[in-house]
Amino acid sequence: MRIQLRQICHARSGDKGDTGNVGLIALRKEFYPVIVKYVTAERVKDHFAGIVLGRVERFELPNLWALNFLLHEALGGGGTKSLKNDAQGKTLGAALLRMELEIEEEMEL
Amino acid sequence: MKEKVRIASGQGFWGDLQSAPIDQVTKGPIDYLVMDFLAEVTMSIMQKQRKRNPDLGYARDLVTIVDQILPYCVKHNIKIITNGGGANPKACSEAIRRGAQKKGITGFKIGTVLGDDILDRITEFRRGGIGLDNMDSGESIDSVGAKLLSANVYFGAMPIVKALQDGAQIVITGRTTDTGLTLAPMMYEFGWHQEEWDKLASGTVAGHILECGGQASGGNFSADWRAVPDLAHIGFPIAEAYPSGDFVITKHPHTGGMVTAQTVKEQLLYEIGDPTRYITPDVIADFTTIQIDQEGMDRVKVFGVQGRPTTDLYKVSMSYHDGYAAFGTLTFSWPDALPKARAAGEILRTRLRDAGLAFEEIRSEFLGLDSCHGPLAKTSGEINEVVLRIGVRSHSHADVERFGRELAPLILTGPPGVTGFAGGRPKPSEVISYWPALIPKRVVTPEVFVNEV
Repeated sequence: MRIQLRQICHARSGDKGDTGNVGLIALRKEFYPVIVKYVTAERVKDHFAGIVLGRVERFELPNLWALNFLLHEALGGGGTKSLKNDAQGKTLGAALLRMELEIEEEMEL
Repeated sequence: MKEKVRIASGQGFWGDLQSAPIDQVTKGPIDYLVMDFLAEVTMSIMQKQRKRNPDLGYARDLVTIVDQILPYCVKHNIKIITNGGGANPKACSEAIRRGAQKKGITGFKIGTVLGDDILDRITEFRRGGIGLDNMDSGESIDSVGAKLLSANVYFGAMPIVKALQDGAQIVITGRTTDTGLTLAPMMYEFGWHQEEWDKLASGTVAGHILECGGQASGGNFSADWRAVPDLAHIGFPIAEAYPSGDFVITKHPHTGGMVTAQTVKEQLLYEIGDPTRYITPDVIADFTTIQIDQEGMDRVKVFGVQGRPTTDLYKVSMSYHDGYAAFGTLTFSWPDALPKARAAGEILRTRLRDAGLAFEEIRSEFLGLDSCHGPLAKTSGEINEVVLRIGVRSHSHADVERFGRELAPLILTGPPGVTGFAGGRPKPSEVISYWPALIPKRVVTPEVFVNEV
């Protein structure tokens, strides 16, 4: 089935220097294995093509049904140097929730 | 020993809701009010204020807040802990003391934590072979040199614990970690030792949840923002802490917002790196061990947190002058709003180039279209209006200033249907860059002063 990440997750994002972080949290416990399987660091790097210039790191927090992503070189230099409207990456979380996935599992949303 | 301690968050940043600390002390019982004022570049702004006037350089909002709540806090023995002393904790404590005396409130103690400001010691450290290399890029501090604006060590909870032990009712610090503000009262009240790593980690997690104020109690909540009640009167989060290290995040009754497992989780994930290594001067907390349980309405229990010994290094937050930037906006209306905005941006770039100006970067974004999500943003059909936002950055103040003069002429010499240029010429603002580094703990000593008012 085809889903958009916003149907199964919520998210919050922020900054550390030029690195953005996105905490991606499954809305229900049974969605967590799905994001672990499909929302890989490579996939997120592809999703943010043209936005995240550096590498993407992924960390797992199964206790919170969550993944944490570090998006390096994502904020136009970060801090007061950045010329971006969203210099602090506040909307990167919502941008990740745009991701669409084709999944093998059948789930009730 | 108290069987529980209620620690309330009063500010999440310099400029946060002014009513929040007042609500926290008046709308229900608390033991401590903690207020975080410092972000990455805040110290440099305060350091500049101090340079212009040696009696300034701290969060003046804090003095106003304390002025309003102090009578209540003294009466109900609520202690106040804050890093709003910024670049000048001494002057901040002095201003609070004067305010209290003016009101005739005496018989309490103010603690002041100094020693985090190492701006004047950089040369000494370099001579002593201490690197202060940029911990992200590896570059040498010598490349920044005279452009340094501020350099502050992140202290942890211990100096605050010392001030509380000496009887302080109010503790004013400079660059203390956000989490240390909350951990300190737990260590003090429950007599936790410096090597009870799991408890210190738990107190640190509580601090991380409280440090952004309303962001843990329904503010900026992405899962279902419509479900958050009465954000206009949002209640800031409160940690109800127990000697075991477990704590409950809650808020005062009859306030807006909400505390749920989801609002707490969002804040737990906010601005963290490797969750197994959340490093502070007090402990390394492992966020993958955090257990949470919604035990009632607006009550989320947090337990099971594990920690391990911290490092023998302090993090240093430095900032330096890195040129100038300016931003301007123009609004374009239907028809052809976007093509007109794009054309105006190109015309401006040509004029800047013709004038021989040198910019490190010129950036055009279209507000209402793609300034947040760039290429991920979808456009469907014709848009009614769009705002061209154009920013430039350069080490030449004159060039950035000249950019400001080139924007307004587009109104009469560019595409039609442009408005929204009130507010005058874009003015150059200073670019302040951040330089994170590490320093051995042994070369920096916190100084704690506690004085009776």
